[in-house]
Amino acid sequence: METIIEKSLEEAFEEKIAKEIRIEPKDWMPEQYRKTLVRQISQHAHSEIVGMLPEGNWITRAPSLKRKAILLSKVQDEAGHGLYLYSAAETLGTSRDQMIADLHSGKAKYSSIFNYPTLSWADIGAIGWLVDGAAIMNQVPLIRTSYGPYARAMVRVCKEESFHQRQGFEIMMSLCNGAPAQKKMAQEAFNRWWWPTLMMFGPKDAESPNTEQSMRWKIKRFTNDELRQRFVDMMVPQAEFLGLTVPDKDLKWNEAKNGYDFGDVDWEEFWNVVKGNGPCNKDRINTRVKAYEEGAWVREAALAHAQKRAAREAANQAK
Amino acid sequence: MDLHHKPTVDLQGYSPEIRALVYDYTLQLADTSLILGHRLSEWCGHGPILEQDLAMANIALDLIGESRSLYQYAAELEGQGRTEDDLASLRDAVEYKNPLLVEQPNGDFGDTVMRQFLFDGFHFFLLKELQNSPDKGLAGIAAKSFKEASYHVKWSAEWIIRLGDGTEESRRRIQKALDNLWMFSGELYTMTDTEKALAQAGFIPDYSGLLSQWEAHVGKVFAEATLEVPQNVFMQKGGKTGRHSEHLGYLLTELQYLQRAYPGLEW
Repeated sequence: METIIEKSLEEAFEEKIAKEIRIEPKDWMPEQYRKTLVRQISQHAHSEIVGMLPEGNWITRAPSLKRKAILLSKVQDEAGHGLYLYSAAETLGTSRDQMIADLHSGKAKYSSIFNYPTLSWADIGAIGWLVDGAAIMNQVPLIRTSYGPYARAMVRVCKEESFHQRQGFEIMMSLCNGAPAQKKMAQEAFNRWWWPTLMMFGPKDAESPNTEQSMRWKIKRFTNDELRQRFVDMMVPQAEFLGLTVPDKDLKWNEAKNGYDFGDVDWEEFWNVVKGNGPCNKDRINTRVKAYEEGAWVREAALAHAQKRAAREAANQAK
Repeated sequence: MDLHHKPTVDLQGYSPEIRALVYDYTLQLADTSLILGHRLSEWCGHGPILEQDLAMANIALDLIGESRSLYQYAAELEGQGRTEDDLASLRDAVEYKNPLLVEQPNGDFGDTVMRQFLFDGFHFFLLKELQNSPDKGLAGIAAKSFKEASYHVKWSAEWIIRLGDGTEESRRRIQKALDNLWMFSGELYTMTDTEKALAQAGFIPDYSGLLSQWEAHVGKVFAEATLEVPQNVFMQKGGKTGRHSEHLGYLLTELQYLQRAYPGLEW
Protein backbone atom coordinates (compact mmCIF):
# COMPACT_ATOMS: atom_id res chain seq x y z
CA MET A 1 0.00 0.00 0.00
CA GLU A 2 2.69 2.43 1.09
CA THR A 3 4.77 1.72 -1.97
CA ILE A 4 1.78 2.37 -4.21
CA ILE A 5 1.25 5.76 -2.55
CA GLU A 6 4.94 6.58 -2.78
CA LYS A 7 4.98 5.52 -6.38
CA SER A 8 2.05 7.71 -7.29
CA LEU A 9 3.60 10.66 -5.38
CA GLU A 10 6.81 10.19 -7.25
CA GLU A 11 4.94 10.02 -10.54
CA ALA A 12 3.13 13.25 -9.71
CA PHE A 13 6.48 14.86 -8.86
CA GLU A 14 8.10 13.68 -12.08
CA GLU A 15 5.12 14.89 -14.03
CA LYS A 16 5.45 18.37 -12.56
CA ILE A 17 9.14 18.42 -13.41
CA ALA A 18 8.37 17.35 -16.96
CA LYS A 19 5.69 20.01 -17.34
CA GLU A 20 7.93 22.69 -15.82
CA ILE A 21 5.56 23.19 -12.90
CA ARG A 22 7.41 24.53 -9.85
CA ILE A 23 7.84 22.33 -6.82
CA GLU A 24 6.69 24.13 -3.67
CA PRO A 25 7.71 23.58 -0.01
CA LYS A 26 4.60 21.56 0.92
CA ASP A 27 4.72 19.33 -2.16
CA TRP A 28 6.00 15.80 -1.86
CA MET A 29 9.54 15.45 -3.16
CA PRO A 30 12.08 12.66 -3.27
CA GLU A 31 14.46 12.75 -0.33
CA GLN A 32 17.44 13.02 -2.63
CA TYR A 33 15.91 16.05 -4.39
CA ARG A 34 15.45 17.75 -1.01
CA LYS A 35 19.01 16.93 0.02
CA THR A 36 20.47 18.15 -3.24
CA LEU A 37 18.62 21.42 -2.89
CA VAL A 38 19.59 22.00 0.73
CA ARG A 39 23.19 21.31 -0.24
CA GLN A 40 23.07 23.65 -3.21
CA ILE A 41 21.06 26.50 -1.67
CA SER A 42 22.94 26.52 1.61
CA GLN A 43 26.23 26.38 -0.29
CA HIS A 44 25.02 29.36 -2.26
CA ALA A 45 24.00 31.21 0.93
CA HIS A 46 27.36 30.45 2.56
CA SER A 47 29.13 31.76 -0.54
CA GLU A 48 27.35 35.07 -0.16
CA ILE A 49 28.30 35.34 3.50
CA VAL A 50 31.91 34.23 3.14
CA GLY A 51 32.10 36.33 -0.02
CA MET A 52 31.54 39.42 2.12
CA LEU A 53 35.01 38.96 3.60
CA PRO A 54 37.39 39.41 0.63
CA GLU A 55 35.48 42.44 -0.59
CA GLY A 56 34.87 43.76 2.90
CA ASN A 57 38.66 43.78 3.18
CA TRP A 58 38.70 46.97 1.06
CA ILE A 59 35.74 48.90 2.48
CA THR A 60 37.90 50.89 4.88
CA ARG A 61 40.52 51.50 2.17
CA ALA A 62 38.29 52.38 -0.78
CA PRO A 63 39.90 55.17 -2.82
CA SER A 64 37.02 57.65 -2.67
CA LEU A 65 33.92 58.22 -0.61
CA LYS A 66 31.76 57.31 -3.57
CA ARG A 67 33.60 54.01 -4.11
CA LYS A 68 33.40 53.32 -0.40
CA ALA A 69 29.63 53.77 -0.38
CA ILE A 70 29.19 51.63 -3.51
CA LEU A 71 31.36 48.84 -2.10
CA LEU A 72 29.70 48.87 1.31
CA SER A 73 26.32 48.78 -0.35
CA LYS A 74 27.41 45.88 -2.54
CA VAL A 75 28.69 43.83 0.38
CA GLN A 76 25.47 44.63 2.19
CA ASP A 77 23.52 43.26 -0.79
CA GLU A 78 25.46 40.03 -0.38
CA ALA A 79 24.35 39.79 3.23
CA GLY A 80 20.82 40.28 1.93
CA HIS A 81 21.26 37.49 -0.62
CA GLY A 82 22.53 35.27 2.15
CA LEU A 83 19.35 36.00 4.09
CA TYR A 84 16.93 35.17 1.25
CA LEU A 85 18.85 32.03 0.42
CA TYR A 86 18.95 30.79 4.01
CA SER A 87 15.20 31.44 4.11
CA ALA A 88 14.68 29.51 0.87
CA ALA A 89 16.70 26.59 2.28
CA GLU A 90 14.74 26.72 5.54
CA THR A 91 11.56 25.95 3.57
CA LEU A 92 13.10 22.52 3.02
CA GLY A 93 13.23 21.86 6.74
CA THR A 94 16.82 22.72 7.67
CA SER A 95 17.35 25.61 10.11
CA ARG A 96 19.75 28.48 9.55
CA ASP A 97 21.61 27.51 12.72
CA GLN A 98 22.13 24.00 11.39
CA MET A 99 23.41 25.31 8.06
CA ILE A 100 25.79 27.70 9.80
CA ALA A 101 27.04 24.89 12.04
CA ASP A 102 27.74 22.84 8.90
CA LEU A 103 29.66 25.73 7.38
CA HIS A 104 31.77 26.15 10.47
CA SER A 105 32.53 22.45 10.81
CA GLY A 106 33.62 22.25 7.19
CA LYS A 107 30.81 19.87 6.26
CA ALA A 108 29.14 22.43 4.00
CA LYS A 109 31.08 24.09 1.22
CA TYR A 110 31.04 27.56 -0.25
CA SER A 111 32.39 28.89 -3.50
CA SER A 112 36.14 28.31 -3.58
CA ILE A 113 36.73 31.65 -5.26
CA PHE A 114 36.47 33.36 -1.89
CA ASN A 115 39.51 31.49 -0.67
CA TYR A 116 41.69 33.81 -2.70
CA PRO A 117 42.94 37.07 -1.15
CA THR A 118 42.14 40.62 -2.29
CA LEU A 119 45.53 42.29 -2.54
CA SER A 120 44.87 45.59 -4.25
CA TRP A 121 41.97 47.90 -5.00
CA ALA A 122 41.87 46.46 -8.52
CA ASP A 123 40.81 43.14 -7.01
CA ILE A 124 37.50 44.78 -6.12
CA GLY A 125 37.04 45.63 -9.79
CA ALA A 126 38.17 42.18 -10.91
CA ILE A 127 35.82 40.43 -8.50
CA GLY A 128 32.84 42.50 -9.61
CA TRP A 129 33.62 42.07 -13.27
CA LEU A 130 34.83 38.45 -13.39
CA VAL A 131 33.52 36.70 -10.30
CA ASP A 132 30.09 38.30 -10.38
CA GLY A 133 30.08 37.73 -14.14
CA ALA A 134 30.68 34.02 -13.61
CA ALA A 135 28.15 33.94 -10.78
CA ILE A 136 25.52 35.46 -13.07
CA MET A 137 26.28 32.88 -15.74
CA ASN A 138 25.77 30.14 -13.14
CA GLN A 139 22.76 31.78 -11.56
CA VAL A 140 20.58 33.15 -14.36
CA PRO A 141 19.49 29.62 -15.34
CA LEU A 142 18.47 29.10 -11.69
CA ILE A 143 15.63 31.58 -12.18
CA ARG A 144 14.03 28.65 -14.04
CA THR A 145 15.10 26.04 -11.50
CA SER A 146 12.39 23.61 -10.48
CA TYR A 147 12.14 24.53 -6.79
CA GLY A 148 9.87 27.59 -6.36
CA PRO A 149 11.41 29.45 -3.37
CA TYR A 150 14.91 29.08 -4.82
CA ALA A 151 13.82 30.28 -8.26
CA ARG A 152 12.08 33.32 -6.79
CA ALA A 153 15.04 34.22 -4.57
CA MET A 154 17.24 34.05 -7.65
CA VAL A 155 15.20 36.64 -9.54
CA ARG A 156 16.21 39.30 -7.05
CA VAL A 157 19.74 37.99 -6.56
CA CYS A 158 20.41 38.06 -10.30
CA LYS A 159 19.13 41.59 -10.73
CA GLU A 160 21.48 42.84 -8.04
CA GLU A 161 24.37 40.76 -9.32
CA SER A 162 24.18 42.29 -12.78
CA PHE A 163 24.27 45.70 -11.18
CA HIS A 164 27.38 44.63 -9.23
CA GLN A 165 29.01 43.33 -12.34
CA ARG A 166 28.57 46.65 -14.11
CA GLN A 167 30.09 48.39 -11.10
CA GLY A 168 33.08 46.03 -11.21
CA PHE A 169 33.57 46.61 -14.91
CA GLU A 170 33.37 50.34 -14.29
CA ILE A 171 36.14 50.13 -11.65
CA MET A 172 38.28 48.24 -14.19
CA MET A 173 37.50 50.89 -16.82
CA SER A 174 38.60 53.71 -14.51
CA LEU A 175 41.83 51.87 -13.75
CA CYS A 176 42.53 50.94 -17.36
CA ASN A 177 41.89 54.50 -18.52
CA GLY A 178 43.90 55.90 -15.64
CA ALA A 179 47.59 56.29 -14.86
CA PRO A 180 50.11 53.54 -15.79
CA ALA A 181 50.24 52.47 -12.14
CA GLN A 182 46.48 51.93 -12.18
CA LYS A 183 46.54 50.00 -15.45
CA LYS A 184 49.29 47.81 -14.03
CA MET A 185 47.21 47.22 -10.91
CA ALA A 186 44.28 46.14 -13.11
CA GLN A 187 46.35 43.72 -15.20
CA GLU A 188 47.94 42.22 -12.11
CA ALA A 189 44.55 41.63 -10.51
CA PHE A 190 43.22 40.18 -13.79
CA ASN A 191 46.15 37.76 -13.92
CA ARG A 192 45.36 36.46 -10.46
CA TRP A 193 41.56 36.23 -10.80
CA TRP A 194 41.15 34.84 -14.31
CA TRP A 195 41.89 31.17 -13.61
CA PRO A 196 40.15 30.93 -10.25
CA THR A 197 37.10 32.44 -11.96
CA LEU A 198 37.11 29.69 -14.59
CA MET A 199 37.19 27.22 -11.73
CA MET A 200 33.90 28.64 -10.45
CA PHE A 201 32.00 26.57 -13.00
CA GLY A 202 33.08 23.45 -11.18
CA PRO A 203 34.91 20.33 -12.30
CA LYS A 204 34.82 19.09 -15.87
CA ASP A 205 31.51 17.46 -16.79
CA ALA A 206 33.14 14.02 -16.78
CA GLU A 207 34.17 14.55 -13.15
CA SER A 208 31.06 16.27 -11.81
CA PRO A 209 29.18 13.70 -9.74
CA ASN A 210 26.02 15.74 -9.22
CA THR A 211 25.47 17.17 -12.68
CA GLU A 212 23.49 14.39 -14.32
CA GLN A 213 20.80 14.00 -11.68
CA SER A 214 20.54 17.76 -11.18
CA MET A 215 20.02 18.25 -14.90
CA ARG A 216 17.34 15.57 -14.94
CA TRP A 217 15.48 17.23 -12.06
CA LYS A 218 15.93 20.61 -13.73
CA ILE A 219 17.71 22.01 -10.71
CA LYS A 220 20.59 22.67 -13.08
CA ARG A 221 20.02 23.71 -16.70
CA PHE A 222 23.49 23.68 -18.28
CA THR A 223 26.61 21.64 -17.63
CA ASN A 224 29.77 23.08 -16.07
CA ASP A 225 31.73 22.95 -19.31
CA GLU A 226 28.95 24.60 -21.30
CA LEU A 227 28.84 27.52 -18.89
CA ARG A 228 32.62 27.84 -18.75
CA GLN A 229 32.80 28.05 -22.56
CA ARG A 230 30.09 30.72 -22.65
CA PHE A 231 31.88 32.71 -20.01
CA VAL A 232 35.19 32.71 -21.87
CA ASP A 233 33.42 33.71 -25.09
CA MET A 234 31.75 36.59 -23.31
CA MET A 235 34.74 37.87 -21.32
CA VAL A 236 37.54 37.82 -23.88
CA PRO A 237 36.09 40.70 -25.93
CA GLN A 238 35.50 42.65 -22.72
CA ALA A 239 39.13 42.17 -21.69
CA GLU A 240 40.19 43.35 -25.14
CA PHE A 241 37.97 46.39 -24.79
CA LEU A 242 39.68 47.21 -21.49
CA GLY A 243 43.08 46.67 -23.08
CA LEU A 244 43.94 43.80 -20.75
CA THR A 245 45.80 40.65 -21.77
CA VAL A 246 44.13 37.34 -20.92
CA PRO A 247 46.74 35.31 -19.03
CA ASP A 248 46.35 32.20 -21.21
CA LYS A 249 48.83 31.42 -23.98
CA ASP A 250 46.49 28.80 -25.45
CA LEU A 251 43.61 31.19 -25.94
CA LYS A 252 42.61 31.21 -29.60
CA TRP A 253 39.47 31.92 -31.61
CA ASN A 254 38.06 28.75 -33.16
CA GLU A 255 35.96 29.62 -36.18
CA ALA A 256 34.55 26.10 -36.51
CA LYS A 257 33.00 26.05 -33.04
CA ASN A 258 32.31 29.78 -33.07
CA GLY A 259 34.01 30.13 -29.72
CA TYR A 260 37.41 30.31 -28.09
CA ASP A 261 39.73 27.44 -27.42
CA PHE A 262 41.41 27.97 -24.10
CA GLY A 263 43.97 26.37 -21.84
CA ASP A 264 43.24 23.83 -19.16
CA VAL A 265 42.44 24.94 -15.64
CA ASP A 266 44.98 23.81 -13.03
CA TRP A 267 42.80 21.05 -11.63
CA GLU A 268 45.27 20.17 -8.93
CA GLU A 269 44.94 23.68 -7.54
CA PHE A 270 41.16 23.47 -7.95
CA TRP A 271 40.82 20.26 -5.91
CA ASN A 272 43.24 21.53 -3.30
CA VAL A 273 41.28 24.71 -2.74
CA VAL A 274 38.06 22.66 -2.55
CA LYS A 275 39.70 20.43 0.05
CA GLY A 276 40.68 23.38 2.22
CA ASN A 277 44.20 24.11 1.04
CA GLY A 278 43.58 27.44 -0.68
CA PRO A 279 45.40 30.56 0.46
CA CYS A 280 42.54 31.80 2.65
CA ASN A 281 40.36 28.76 3.51
CA LYS A 282 41.42 28.73 7.13
CA ASP A 283 41.23 32.51 7.56
CA ARG A 284 37.77 32.70 6.07
CA ILE A 285 36.27 30.01 8.30
CA ASN A 286 38.12 31.25 11.38
CA THR A 287 36.78 34.74 10.75
CA ARG A 288 33.21 33.46 10.39
CA VAL A 289 33.51 31.30 13.50
CA LYS A 290 34.98 34.19 15.47
CA ALA A 291 32.14 36.54 14.46
CA TYR A 292 29.60 33.88 15.37
CA GLU A 293 31.13 32.99 18.71
CA GLU A 294 31.72 36.59 19.71
CA GLY A 295 28.11 37.33 18.81
CA ALA A 296 26.69 34.52 20.95
CA TRP A 297 26.07 36.77 23.97
CA VAL A 298 24.19 39.23 21.75
CA ARG A 299 21.91 36.56 20.33
CA GLU A 300 21.32 35.16 23.81
CA ALA A 301 20.49 38.62 25.14
CA ALA A 302 18.04 39.31 22.32
CA LEU A 303 16.30 36.02 23.01
CA ALA A 304 16.24 36.52 26.78
CA HIS A 305 14.85 40.03 26.37
CA ALA A 306 12.14 38.86 23.96
CA GLN A 307 11.12 36.19 26.47
CA LYS A 308 11.04 38.65 29.37
CA ARG A 309 8.97 41.05 27.33
CA ALA A 310 6.52 38.34 26.28
CA ALA A 311 6.18 37.19 29.90
CA ARG A 312 5.51 40.77 31.06
CA GLU A 313 2.90 41.27 28.36
CA ALA A 314 1.20 38.00 29.28
CA ALA A 315 1.19 39.04 32.95
CA ASN A 316 -0.32 42.41 32.05
CA GLN A 317 -3.07 40.76 30.05
CA ALA A 318 -3.86 38.40 32.87
CA LYS A 319 -4.45 41.33 35.23
CA MET B 1 34.35 85.16 -9.73
CA ASP B 2 35.59 81.60 -9.45
CA LEU B 3 34.26 79.74 -12.48
CA HIS B 4 34.93 76.27 -11.10
CA HIS B 5 32.74 76.99 -8.19
CA LYS B 6 29.00 76.79 -8.81
CA PRO B 7 27.14 77.36 -5.56
CA THR B 8 23.87 75.49 -5.22
CA VAL B 9 22.71 78.01 -2.66
CA ASP B 10 22.81 81.75 -2.57
CA LEU B 11 25.78 82.71 -0.48
CA GLN B 12 25.92 86.31 -1.52
CA GLY B 13 24.48 87.67 1.65
CA TYR B 14 27.31 86.18 3.74
CA SER B 15 30.16 88.17 5.16
CA PRO B 16 33.53 86.39 4.80
CA GLU B 17 33.43 85.75 8.55
CA ILE B 18 30.06 84.02 8.46
CA ARG B 19 31.06 82.06 5.41
CA ALA B 20 34.23 80.85 7.14
CA LEU B 21 32.19 79.85 10.19
CA VAL B 22 29.64 77.92 8.17
CA TYR B 23 32.46 76.21 6.28
CA ASP B 24 34.19 75.24 9.50
CA TYR B 25 30.99 73.90 11.01
CA THR B 26 29.97 72.00 7.88
CA LEU B 27 33.34 70.33 7.87
CA GLN B 28 32.94 69.40 11.54
CA LEU B 29 29.61 67.72 10.83
CA ALA B 30 31.05 66.00 7.74
CA ASP B 31 34.03 64.63 9.67
CA THR B 32 31.76 63.41 12.44
CA SER B 33 29.48 61.46 10.10
CA LEU B 34 32.36 60.09 8.06
CA ILE B 35 34.36 58.83 11.04
CA LEU B 36 31.37 57.16 12.66
CA GLY B 37 30.23 55.71 9.32
CA HIS B 38 33.73 54.39 8.75
CA ARG B 39 33.83 52.77 12.17
CA LEU B 40 30.48 51.07 11.54
CA SER B 41 31.64 49.90 8.12
CA GLU B 42 34.45 48.00 9.86
CA TRP B 43 31.75 45.65 11.17
CA CYS B 44 30.66 44.59 7.70
CA GLY B 45 30.88 40.81 7.50
CA HIS B 46 31.64 40.43 11.21
CA GLY B 47 28.31 41.19 12.90
CA PRO B 48 26.80 38.98 15.61
CA ILE B 49 23.66 38.29 13.54
CA LEU B 50 23.24 38.63 9.80
CA GLU B 51 20.30 41.01 10.26
CA GLN B 52 22.46 43.31 12.39
CA ASP B 53 25.27 43.18 9.86
CA LEU B 54 22.71 44.60 7.44
CA ALA B 55 21.48 47.19 9.93
CA MET B 56 24.96 48.48 10.75
CA ALA B 57 25.85 48.68 7.07
CA ASN B 58 22.65 50.66 6.53
CA ILE B 59 23.51 53.18 9.22
CA ALA B 60 27.09 53.39 7.94
CA LEU B 61 25.78 54.09 4.44
CA ASP B 62 23.47 56.81 5.73
CA LEU B 63 26.30 58.48 7.62
CA ILE B 64 28.78 58.24 4.75
CA GLY B 65 26.11 59.62 2.41
CA GLU B 66 25.49 62.50 4.80
CA SER B 67 29.22 63.21 5.05
CA ARG B 68 29.50 63.32 1.26
CA SER B 69 26.74 65.92 0.98
CA LEU B 70 28.40 67.94 3.73
CA TYR B 71 31.90 67.74 2.21
CA GLN B 72 30.50 68.77 -1.16
CA TYR B 73 28.81 71.72 0.46
CA ALA B 74 31.94 72.62 2.44
CA ALA B 75 33.95 72.53 -0.80
CA GLU B 76 31.46 74.95 -2.34
CA LEU B 77 31.67 77.28 0.63
CA GLU B 78 35.44 77.20 0.49
CA GLY B 79 35.47 77.93 -3.23
CA GLN B 80 39.03 76.70 -3.78
CA GLY B 81 38.13 73.92 -6.19
CA ARG B 82 38.70 71.16 -3.64
CA THR B 83 36.51 68.07 -3.84
CA GLU B 84 34.82 65.91 -1.21
CA ASP B 85 37.71 63.45 -1.49
CA ASP B 86 40.34 66.16 -1.09
CA LEU B 87 38.65 67.18 2.13
CA ALA B 88 38.29 63.61 3.43
CA SER B 89 41.62 62.22 2.29
CA LEU B 90 44.14 65.03 2.31
CA ARG B 91 43.69 66.44 5.79
CA ASP B 92 45.67 65.14 8.76
CA ALA B 93 44.21 64.06 12.08
CA VAL B 94 44.82 67.46 13.70
CA GLU B 95 42.67 69.07 11.00
CA TYR B 96 39.79 66.67 11.63
CA LYS B 97 37.00 68.19 13.72
CA ASN B 98 34.91 65.24 14.85
CA PRO B 99 34.20 64.78 18.56
CA LEU B 100 36.24 62.09 20.33
CA LEU B 101 33.24 59.81 20.82
CA VAL B 102 32.86 58.80 17.18
CA GLU B 103 36.50 57.82 16.64
CA GLN B 104 36.50 55.36 19.55
CA PRO B 105 37.20 51.78 18.40
CA ASN B 106 34.30 49.37 17.84
CA GLY B 107 35.11 47.14 20.80
CA ASP B 108 32.41 44.50 21.17
CA PHE B 109 28.88 44.88 19.84
CA GLY B 110 27.86 46.50 23.13
CA ASP B 111 30.56 49.19 22.85
CA THR B 112 29.45 49.92 19.29
CA VAL B 113 25.79 50.12 20.25
CA MET B 114 26.57 52.43 23.18
CA ARG B 115 28.74 54.74 21.09
CA GLN B 116 25.95 54.84 18.52
CA PHE B 117 23.25 55.47 21.10
CA LEU B 118 25.07 58.38 22.74
CA PHE B 119 25.63 59.92 19.32
CA ASP B 120 22.25 59.17 17.75
CA GLY B 121 20.26 61.20 20.25
CA PHE B 122 22.54 64.20 19.72
CA HIS B 123 22.43 63.80 15.93
CA PHE B 124 18.65 63.41 15.89
CA PHE B 125 17.83 66.52 17.95
CA LEU B 126 20.48 68.58 16.16
CA LEU B 127 19.22 67.68 12.68
CA LYS B 128 15.67 68.36 13.74
CA GLU B 129 16.64 71.96 14.53
CA LEU B 130 19.11 72.42 11.69
CA GLN B 131 16.34 71.86 9.17
CA ASN B 132 15.18 75.37 10.11
CA SER B 133 18.60 76.98 9.71
CA PRO B 134 18.61 80.10 7.53
CA ASP B 135 21.55 78.46 5.78
CA LYS B 136 19.78 76.61 2.99
CA GLY B 137 22.70 74.26 2.38
CA LEU B 138 22.76 72.93 5.93
CA ALA B 139 18.98 72.95 6.21
CA GLY B 140 18.59 70.82 3.06
CA ILE B 141 21.14 68.23 4.13
CA ALA B 142 19.65 68.13 7.64
CA ALA B 143 16.15 67.52 6.28
CA LYS B 144 17.31 64.49 4.32
CA SER B 145 19.48 63.07 7.10
CA PHE B 146 16.87 63.67 9.77
CA LYS B 147 14.68 60.94 8.27
CA GLU B 148 17.59 58.51 8.43
CA ALA B 149 18.58 59.59 11.94
CA SER B 150 15.03 58.84 13.10
CA TYR B 151 15.69 55.21 12.23
CA HIS B 152 19.15 55.19 13.84
CA VAL B 153 17.89 56.57 17.13
CA LYS B 154 15.27 53.84 17.29
CA TRP B 155 17.72 51.08 16.39
CA SER B 156 20.30 51.98 19.01
CA ALA B 157 17.72 52.60 21.77
CA GLU B 158 16.15 49.20 21.15
CA TRP B 159 19.53 47.51 21.40
CA ILE B 160 20.44 49.35 24.59
CA ILE B 161 17.22 48.03 26.12
CA ARG B 162 17.71 44.51 24.75
CA LEU B 163 21.26 44.27 26.04
CA GLY B 164 20.57 46.00 29.36
CA ASP B 165 17.45 43.98 30.05
CA GLY B 166 18.71 40.76 28.45
CA THR B 167 21.07 38.37 30.20
CA GLU B 168 23.40 38.98 33.09
CA GLU B 169 26.35 38.96 30.73
CA SER B 170 24.81 41.41 28.30
CA ARG B 171 23.90 43.78 31.11
CA ARG B 172 27.44 43.63 32.46
CA ARG B 173 28.91 44.33 29.04
CA ILE B 174 26.62 47.20 28.12
CA GLN B 175 27.03 48.80 31.55
CA LYS B 176 30.80 48.59 31.06
CA ALA B 177 30.45 50.21 27.65
CA LEU B 178 28.48 53.02 29.25
CA ASP B 179 31.10 53.42 32.00
CA ASN B 180 33.84 53.65 29.36
CA LEU B 181 32.12 55.91 26.87
CA TRP B 182 30.18 58.30 29.05
CA MET B 183 33.19 60.62 29.42
CA PHE B 184 32.99 61.36 25.69
CA SER B 185 29.35 62.43 25.75
CA GLY B 186 29.99 65.88 27.21
CA GLU B 187 31.98 67.09 24.22
CA LEU B 188 28.96 66.75 21.96
CA TYR B 189 27.34 69.63 23.87
CA THR B 190 30.40 71.72 24.69
CA MET B 191 30.24 74.47 22.13
CA THR B 192 33.37 75.54 20.29
CA ASP B 193 33.94 79.17 19.36
CA THR B 194 32.58 78.40 15.89
CA GLU B 195 29.46 76.83 17.32
CA LYS B 196 28.93 79.69 19.75
CA ALA B 197 29.29 82.30 17.02
CA LEU B 198 26.91 80.45 14.70
CA ALA B 199 24.37 79.97 17.46
CA GLN B 200 24.56 83.66 18.26
CA ALA B 201 24.02 84.51 14.59
CA GLY B 202 20.97 82.22 14.60
CA PHE B 203 22.43 79.69 12.14
CA ILE B 204 22.44 76.74 14.51
CA PRO B 205 20.56 76.02 17.74
CA ASP B 206 22.06 76.68 21.14
CA TYR B 207 23.12 73.26 22.43
CA SER B 208 21.70 73.70 25.91
CA GLY B 209 18.24 73.10 24.43
CA LEU B 210 19.46 69.98 22.65
CA LEU B 211 21.10 68.73 25.80
CA SER B 212 17.91 68.73 27.84
CA GLN B 213 16.04 66.80 25.13
CA TRP B 214 18.93 64.35 24.88
CA GLU B 215 19.07 63.86 28.65
CA ALA B 216 15.37 63.04 28.72
CA HIS B 217 15.76 60.51 25.88
CA VAL B 218 18.89 58.89 27.28
CA GLY B 219 17.50 58.79 30.81
CA LYS B 220 14.31 57.08 29.71
CA VAL B 221 16.11 54.42 27.70
CA PHE B 222 18.70 53.74 30.42
CA ALA B 223 15.92 53.35 32.97
CA GLU B 224 14.16 50.78 30.81
CA ALA B 225 17.47 49.05 30.20
CA THR B 226 18.22 49.07 33.96
CA LEU B 227 21.53 50.86 33.34
CA GLU B 228 23.17 53.35 35.65
CA VAL B 229 24.80 56.54 34.42
CA PRO B 230 28.25 56.90 36.01
CA GLN B 231 28.49 59.82 38.40
CA ASN B 232 31.10 62.61 38.75
CA VAL B 233 32.75 61.82 35.45
CA PHE B 234 35.34 64.23 34.09
CA MET B 235 34.28 64.88 30.53
CA GLN B 236 36.90 64.59 27.80
CA LYS B 237 37.02 67.06 24.98
CA GLY B 238 39.31 68.18 22.17
CA GLY B 239 38.25 66.34 19.04
CA LYS B 240 36.20 69.24 17.71
CA THR B 241 39.28 71.45 17.86
CA GLY B 242 41.67 68.86 16.42
CA ARG B 243 42.99 67.26 19.62
CA HIS B 244 42.16 63.63 19.05
CA SER B 245 42.76 60.28 20.65
CA GLU B 246 45.50 58.03 19.28
CA HIS B 247 42.85 56.00 17.45
CA LEU B 248 42.07 58.54 14.76
CA GLY B 249 45.49 58.41 13.10
CA TYR B 250 45.18 54.71 12.37
CA LEU B 251 41.65 55.12 11.06
CA LEU B 252 42.79 57.87 8.69
CA THR B 253 45.79 55.83 7.58
CA GLU B 254 43.39 53.26 6.16
CA LEU B 255 40.81 55.71 4.92
CA GLN B 256 43.35 57.89 3.11
CA TYR B 257 45.73 55.20 1.90
CA LEU B 258 45.09 55.21 -1.86
CA GLN B 259 44.67 58.98 -2.19
CA ARG B 260 47.94 59.49 -0.33
CA ALA B 261 49.86 56.73 -2.10
CA TYR B 262 48.78 57.81 -5.60
CA PRO B 263 48.22 61.55 -5.41
CA GLY B 264 45.84 63.19 -7.84
CA LEU B 265 44.43 60.11 -9.56
CA GLU B 266 40.82 59.35 -10.44
CA TRP B 267 39.38 56.07 -9.23
